[in-house]
Amino acid sequence: MATSSAQIIELNTPLVREETRNLKVGDEVWISGIIWGVRDASLIRMIDDRDIPNCDFQGGFFLHTAPSVRKGDAGELIPVSVGTTTSMRMDRFTSGCIKDLGAAGIIGKGGLSEQSSKILQDEGGVYLSITGGAASLETQQVEAIEDIFLEDLMPECVWKFRVKRLGPLIVSMDSHGNSLYRDVKSRSSERLNTYLKTLSNK
Amino acid sequence: MSAPNLVTQDNLYEELVEVSSYLYKKALTDLPQDVRSAISTAREKEAGIGRKFLDIMVKSIDVSDETGIILCQDTGICIFFVRWGGRFPLKVRGDLVVDSLRRGIALATDIYDLRSSIVHPISRKNTQDNLGERIPDVHFEFDDSDEFEVRLLPKGSGSENMSFLKMLSPADGINAVKKFIVESVFEAGPRPCPPTIVGVGMGGTADLCMSLAKKAVLRPVGSQNPDLEVAQLEEEMLAAVNSLEIGPQGLGGRTTSFALHIEYAATHISMNPVAVNIQCWRGERASAKISNDGAVRYGY
Repeated sequence: MATSSAQIIELNTPLVREETRNLKVGDEVWISGIIWGVRDASLIRMIDDRDIPNCDFQGGFFLHTAPSVRKGDAGELIPVSVGTTTSMRMDRFTSGCIKDLGAAGIIGKGGLSEQSSKILQDEGGVYLSITGGAASLETQQVEAIEDIFLEDLMPECVWKFRVKRLGPLIVSMDSHGNSLYRDVKSRSSERLNTYLKTLSNK
Repeated sequence: MSAPNLVTQDNLYEELVEVSSYLYKKALTDLPQDVRSAISTAREKEAGIGRKFLDIMVKSIDVSDETGIILCQDTGICIFFVRWGGRFPLKVRGDLVVDSLRRGIALATDIYDLRSSIVHPISRKNTQDNLGERIPDVHFEFDDSDEFEVRLLPKGSGSENMSFLKMLSPADGINAVKKFIVESVFEAGPRPCPPTIVGVGMGGTADLCMSLAKKAVLRPVGSQNPDLEVAQLEEEMLAAVNSLEIGPQGLGGRTTSFALHIEYAATHISMNPVAVNIQCWRGERASAKISNDGAVRYGY
């Protein structure tokens, strides 16, 4: 559970393993530096089909996203809306992202499964929750789209974003086996059973 | 936007392209007032992480109001509900209405640089214009008014993926319906971007039931079904889903859902269908009403 010792932490990517291990559930994190936008199609391509672009994902973060963009005068891509999509659809790629591609963590919304929690614990990764649907604010924290890879998947390419103080992000699954999603689900499961009992008593 | 043109027999289909395009941008940018109020009310009830998420929602609404940046990256899958008054004075061809609404979506995608979210279901190839086979989905309904109304729901995938249908038996009774509703919200958990608007369909056939659940999410937060018995069930079910304490963004709190709306149809003696369709916290929707003199009024 989130504790009163929760901290506010500024991070610059890439992270070293020790920085990731220091993050505890409930901490509030603000990230600056390079993060990588990925989602359904790009993860299928990279992890299932092993078509991995030449990017240095080591110690970086994957953001579950596919933005709206426009082309500037010099052909550069300008963010129109960068938000976050539901992570659970990409749950089976956690090992690929953390263990194989070497990312420090995943930024998303809605959390990941128990299986992913175990992988984060074993490999020293974290899951950070952003506010879903709050893309207008998130877009203002994206300084630039530095590059794109697997462009044929547009808009589901691999996006190289430079962000400045992306946040607030909540550490909701840490590398010590804790998960706020598990805590909430366990409580709401009890509440569900309480409600179902009232039905059977009627 | 400058004041919309008067709709006449001569410009009807071109104006409907404008209407469709404007509704798309409006729905993605301008949150309905009832949803804004619901967020404010929820903020007062929450503490800790839940409160933090609601604060960010309020901030992002402000940013969208100031900058016109769309509120969520998800441009959704477009669903139109056209209400066609039998006494609307202009002669209207339904096929040309559908054509105009489609052109409007492609136009908005182009001029506002919206992400195309639409793919073929087998090849998964993106159409790049937010159009596709049977998409946007256009529903027509008819009444005896002298108006022509177009409502747009660009449904986000995070919430639409949390759709549930069960063909219960009459012997299962109303308690099985209640159980299914609350279990569906539990199953959806953090994924549909809570606090949500829960749409429930009861009765009808399998497709009509789900369609009613979809229409139910379009109702303003705070509205209640005109049928008192249904309104009471709405209230009871909202309390039940909020008792789960899934909370804002699914990380705990009192507000799992802002509203729970039920729409129903008569059903067969051997059927007892129930459907749940969920809308995310933004509750995006936009409408344009063309009155009998051709004036266009935009709303939610």
